[in-house]
Amino acid sequence: MSKTNEADNVLLKADHIKVHFKGKSKKDGSVKAVDDVSFTIMRGETFGVVGESGCGKSTLGRTLVRLQDPTEGHIYIDECDIASLKGSELKEMRKKAQIIFQDPSACLNPRRTIKQILMEPYEIHGLDKEKDVEAEIERLVQLVGLDTYHLSRYPHELSGGQKQRVGIARALALKPELIVCDEAVSALDVSVQAQVLNLLEELKKKLNLTYFFISHNLNVVYQVSDRVGVMYLGKMVEIATYNKLYEKRYHPYTEALLSAIPQVDDSASTERIHLKGEVPSPSNPPSGCHFHTRCPKACEKCRILEPKLIEVDEGHFVACHLYDTETDIKEGDITE
Amino acid sequence: MVRAVKKLFKSNYLFTLGVIVCVFWIVMAILAPVVSPYDPIEQNAELRLEAPSLAHLFGTDNFGRDIFSRVIYGGRYSLLAGLLTVFIAGIIGTFYGAIAGYVGGKVDNIMMRLSEMILSFPSLILAMIINAVMGSNLFNTMFALVIVAWPTYARLMRSVVLSVKENEYVEAAEVLGASKIRILTKEIIPNSIQSVLIMATTDIGNQILMFSTLSFLGLGSAPPTPEWGMMVSDGVEYFNKFWVAGFPGLAIFTMAVGANFIGDGLRDLLDPKLRKQF
Repeated sequence: MSKTNEADNVLLKADHIKVHFKGKSKKDGSVKAVDDVSFTIMRGETFGVVGESGCGKSTLGRTLVRLQDPTEGHIYIDECDIASLKGSELKEMRKKAQIIFQDPSACLNPRRTIKQILMEPYEIHGLDKEKDVEAEIERLVQLVGLDTYHLSRYPHELSGGQKQRVGIARALALKPELIVCDEAVSALDVSVQAQVLNLLEELKKKLNLTYFFISHNLNVVYQVSDRVGVMYLGKMVEIATYNKLYEKRYHPYTEALLSAIPQVDDSASTERIHLKGEVPSPSNPPSGCHFHTRCPKACEKCRILEPKLIEVDEGHFVACHLYDTETDIKEGDITE
Repeated sequence: MVRAVKKLFKSNYLFTLGVIVCVFWIVMAILAPVVSPYDPIEQNAELRLEAPSLAHLFGTDNFGRDIFSRVIYGGRYSLLAGLLTVFIAGIIGTFYGAIAGYVGGKVDNIMMRLSEMILSFPSLILAMIINAVMGSNLFNTMFALVIVAWPTYARLMRSVVLSVKENEYVEAAEVLGASKIRILTKEIIPNSIQSVLIMATTDIGNQILMFSTLSFLGLGSAPPTPEWGMMVSDGVEYFNKFWVAGFPGLAIFTMAVGANFIGDGLRDLLDPKLRKQF
């Protein structure tokens, strides 16, 4: 094997993923929920994704577990392109990537006991005939901090935090490598949020998990993530490690977004950057850089050319013309 | 489950009452030759329109037939028409609606337009046409009733499924690799069946009446066969002799109400949230 160490460590590689939703009539055009997004996730890291609501972060997460089929692009998990899998291969792939949902009360079937819910993954994959399934479920339940007596309960008899723990246990049942946390703590009380985040952190260490952590809560993402991706209108505009992003943000959108985090220490707080206007409609995004309509630093080039994600610092990628000196407007680019 | 049913009997008196009433009528219908004191179609001109007495508990009708015996025998047809029609129509409608709602898109469109074709006819006329074309007997009448009744269940089921399928537990099952059939039968139908069940229990009375309407029009059961609905419609002519229409009417009423109580109880039994309360 002549692969570099780094390549070995890549768990997931997203390659130009596009998810477009067609409108009802042909005239409407399609909503570009995720538009040409590429990134990699290393084994054992937590990749956080932030962005305003409607920027496509949930759609991206759902695509990674194939709840949503990508319109275009490839998703490699362990070198295997999961974007085009079907039937039994897809079912097999399900064991590798699981998802934790936002609403703990909606993600558990109200008519089944916790035990039946946790039994489901084993039944689906034909593992329920094995002797130690019961023991396995009991182990799972304890792993997520519940007791075995909870197994005979129904979802409505549990609290929100407990339900979310059941959701986590269900996601863990198939021993996945990647877990997509789709706003996994936003529906919980703040105190419970911390507990669940700690649990996730603990599980990550114990089971060697990799998280794709979606949230609109910047503090939460900051707390858990090793690397953070910032999304705006279906595009990844900045990817960097947590430390790098904390030190210096390149993209004007990231700057504005992160300036919105409330600071305890008043002296340390930076000037809050207020963005003007609304997020444009993803069915009819602005030309060039999608952010140019609201960007305080936009120039002529931004209106015409779409910026590419370039590496401005080691491991720090930005899609912004301010830092891209190589490309420039050509004659042919100017349309209309 | 057995424990839950026992608990339901103990705590929900209306459910218990409903079960008793329905079982009573069903047993009476089955044991009709044994329990009825007279022949239900034997006429006796001397005893026309007798008021209820010890000899004739429910009195006699315009042909001097014993109404008590006729009500007992009548259960054989009315109950069969009511229960079986609702049961079959309910099952067809449930699956049809669930599939249409879950699959969605073009399949949904085609399936629902087909069911609406049936709904667009006045139900009585459609049942009459089917009956007239196929020939009039008990089986064909019930077949016609099922044809007319199932689209309502399908529509109800579809509308419930449309909202149930958006729940995250459906997606959770999908991510775990569950097949569409498994999701439909284990996640969606159990969570949507409730309203269909309740509608079915209220529909039993309707179907009995519908059957008797068809009988009245000369389809279904023909006189002198005793049948609750027909007995009511015959009895209306003698409205100052309340027992002629009153007792068979009471039979339909108790049966329908009993079925309703059972439906309520079943709803509680099927919903874990309500199960705790009793």
